[in-house]
Amino acid sequence: MDHAATHDANSHSSHDHASAARVFAVRVLRQDGPGQPSYWERHEISRESDMNVISVLQRIAAKSKTAEGRAVPPVAWDCNCLEEVCGACTMLVNGRVRQACTALVDRLLEENPDEIELRPMSKFPVVRDLVVNRSRLFRALKKIKAWIPVDGYYDAGPGPRQSPDEQLQAYPLSQCMSCGCCLDACPQYTKVELTRREGESDEQFAAREHEAFDRGFIGAHAISQTMLFNANPTGSMNAGERLDALTSEGGIQVCGNAQNCVAVCPKEIPLTTSIGRAGRAATLHVLKQWFDK
Amino acid sequence: MAKQRVMIVGGGLAGLAAAMKLAEGGVEVDLMSLTPVKRSHSVCAQGGINTVNDQTRQFGDSEWLHLDDTVYGGDFLQHQPPVKEMVEWGPKIIDLMDRLGVPFNRTSEGFRDHRRFGGTLFKRTAFAGATTGQQLLYALDEQVRRWEAEGRIHKYEFWDFLGPIIDDAGVCRGCVGQDLVTMEIRAFAADAVVVASGGCGLIYGRSTMSMACTGSAASRVYQAGAKYGNGEFIQVHPTAIPGADKLRLMSESARGEGGRVWVPRKPHDPRPPVQIPESERYYFLEDRYPKYGNLVPRDIATREIFNVCTYEGLSVEPDRMCVYLDLTHLPRATLDQKLGGILEIYEKFQGVDPREVPMKIFPAVHYSMGGLWVDYQRSASGGLEIGSTRNQATNIPGLYAIGECDYQYHGANRLGANSLLSCIFSGLVVAPGIQNWMKSLPGGAASEQPSSLYDRARRKHQQTHDALLKRAGGGENPYLLHQELGNLMTRSATVVRHNSDMQESYARLCELSTRAEKCSLSDTGHWTNQNVVFTKALKDMFPLAKVILKGAIARDESRGAHFKPEFCAAGLTSTAPAERRHEAEAWCDRFEENTRKWLKSTIAVCGEGGEPQLSYESIDTSLIPPRPRLYGLVGGEMIEEVWKQRQAGRTPATRDGNGTTAGKSSPASASAH
Repeated sequence: MDHAATHDANSHSSHDHASAARVFAVRVLRQDGPGQPSYWERHEISRESDMNVISVLQRIAAKSKTAEGRAVPPVAWDCNCLEEVCGACTMLVNGRVRQACTALVDRLLEENPDEIELRPMSKFPVVRDLVVNRSRLFRALKKIKAWIPVDGYYDAGPGPRQSPDEQLQAYPLSQCMSCGCCLDACPQYTKVELTRREGESDEQFAAREHEAFDRGFIGAHAISQTMLFNANPTGSMNAGERLDALTSEGGIQVCGNAQNCVAVCPKEIPLTTSIGRAGRAATLHVLKQWFDK
Repeated sequence: MAKQRVMIVGGGLAGLAAAMKLAEGGVEVDLMSLTPVKRSHSVCAQGGINTVNDQTRQFGDSEWLHLDDTVYGGDFLQHQPPVKEMVEWGPKIIDLMDRLGVPFNRTSEGFRDHRRFGGTLFKRTAFAGATTGQQLLYALDEQVRRWEAEGRIHKYEFWDFLGPIIDDAGVCRGCVGQDLVTMEIRAFAADAVVVASGGCGLIYGRSTMSMACTGSAASRVYQAGAKYGNGEFIQVHPTAIPGADKLRLMSESARGEGGRVWVPRKPHDPRPPVQIPESERYYFLEDRYPKYGNLVPRDIATREIFNVCTYEGLSVEPDRMCVYLDLTHLPRATLDQKLGGILEIYEKFQGVDPREVPMKIFPAVHYSMGGLWVDYQRSASGGLEIGSTRNQATNIPGLYAIGECDYQYHGANRLGANSLLSCIFSGLVVAPGIQNWMKSLPGGAASEQPSSLYDRARRKHQQTHDALLKRAGGGENPYLLHQELGNLMTRSATVVRHNSDMQESYARLCELSTRAEKCSLSDTGHWTNQNVVFTKALKDMFPLAKVILKGAIARDESRGAHFKPEFCAAGLTSTAPAERRHEAEAWCDRFEENTRKWLKSTIAVCGEGGEPQLSYESIDTSLIPPRPRLYGLVGGEMIEEVWKQRQAGRTPATRDGNGTTAGKSSPASASAH
């Protein structure tokens, strides 16, 4: 027998889980496509050491059989880096929005020994199973012009000098991986799901969707990004434009100060601090516009 | 003139840099990516990005020394002009990224701060916390979003690249892609296609790479006729955290701060590690390398850990290869202060506190130095002719490759913190060349080509796809087959390579490849079918796996990441000065002979039935003549002395000779052996 055979069999590490159950249950909320009804499906997985929810989903895909032994298509899910730095694998694990890669099976079974429950994010349209469409989140970054509007990409020397303190302020905000946890947990962020009308082209549908997205709440991530770019010495030259966006329909005034966002952020970004700052900046901005009239 | 467009495949650092640079030049860009580009694998790079800077210059550093470190570290297996150009652009690239808002760490005076990385004596590495790759990628993602808002760039995210569209004259006219949500297959006309699809780590099953790093795009281009260079050079990092789903990097600094590597003397000792007494622990690195201990060079650490687990059967766990990396003897306060960040990663993913329990680690496949062959135009000063249509061009006209999926910059071994530089550089430098290419397109613009060209290509991929969904299959499970492939490749073509072993593996690889044709799908639907997409990617792993293995079998030497014990120059054994000198002379003779024989790039083309056909390309080493890498070798000082005397005795004649060989501006036309 070679390494290939011994290595990846559903092995049981004798000393790690001597007392733990050999098999555990996973309940997945599935949905075949947009507008389709959702349904629960139960899977049984052999326990291995160092498992996370990603490896559970990999085993489900490889088995493609429910706990009852019925053949089913693999559960669809989204992932990439598996190091909690890309944001792709965000879902509801035991009811909590988080990345599947850092959701460790041992910990989850300590919380609830009976089963692990997986559901798609609740504030974004389901594409299939655990895959959701988060394009609204990226649309918000366009709305607030989340970039440094440099003159060009030719050599123009270094950027502005910045103090270590400024870097320490900016870096945490700049770690936002656009995962959407803060949005899923926000009471003011409600799902926007449009269905395509008959005869509507890609472009027409996208335009209608963007309009709907822009009317909805922009969310904590975009407010925080506004503060990131407005604090940058070059970015601050366009601070007014970003504050215009932040005070338009669906802007910061919609925030109900529930503070769920900061509690669920996997990168521990000080979102409520950003919201507080943004609120003050927005007020000054509006007053200034009023006096300048 | 007809409206022109460029298609970029992949939205990591290289793809995004190319997209924004082309957009700035007024070019309409389509950008196709498996994931939203902000989630690309570049986010995983932690350490930093190397460039000469004002501070290192005052300690004697220069672009030339950065070039020297890079080619010495790469064991001279890369053409030197592109590297020279890259390191010269380095400081400007950092300035640009700084202007784009990357939050680089700062000195108290407000300048960018730097740290030191492996393979150099200078503090060249700029960094943004422990997530430099993420920060650089975000800055480029933001610029691309800006152009997207202006309508200059159009993104196709959640799209899979199925293959290039090549006309009867052999010119690339676009590509076929598949929407991963709706499963629609569409042909895209493009006047140039740029492949920026990253590494191919998933061929090894689990690696430090992201799930999108299947190598499928590069493989599809290779199968369409593009040459693939130095495929056998795959970097393996010594310390990673084994996981059931992937292997995550554990920084070398853990050993730098006093971490000790060991295994129980009794194979698979079931006791918790802290209960195993000192006398029953085998500190194999300290035992075998008393001088360097746990801080032996990276490749040696990798090889020893691998040997202990595979050939000596001393892995900590019976069903999974790993050794202990032990920090528990160090004071908690020291650990928190110096290693806090990386220990948190271990804790987060393993759920175990490494301050209390030794970490379990194992080497992991980390980076592909090899990749699609690309051309360049050498300038009079030994760098690149900027704007040449040949820079980053594959052998298929109109088809370009940049970033990790090209073979150009890292030779036989990549230095830490050089990959972020090569990705951004190749992305920026490809743009002016493509703009010139589009000024004189042979046979007109893509939009002027007959629609039948695109219909035919689309239909072909549609038929392949439909056939895959419809057929009964042969009961093979693509996910389990992928594990088998990964285990096979990890076992035979990573750290230590034996010809007999690899030949056996090659035969098994061919069997697996045949079995992969009989995969049964568990999903035959037409909506977000990840099962069929994965199966296609799996099938396309085999051609590249063959390139890697066949290239490794053929290369009978040890160079950089490619190590064959049967073909390895051992150190000196004699202690008598005269005899030692004699041995050093012989060592240098063998080195020169080996250089003549093997200092050349492996070039693979896809032959009949997916069999790679190998040839070799000579290397432009005109700037820095190859010399032995002696780090840690017994008798290295003596060898170096002999080597220097030889070189001194030869100048200038030898240098001229080298210069003449490499003076050829076309590596494409360089002789194949």
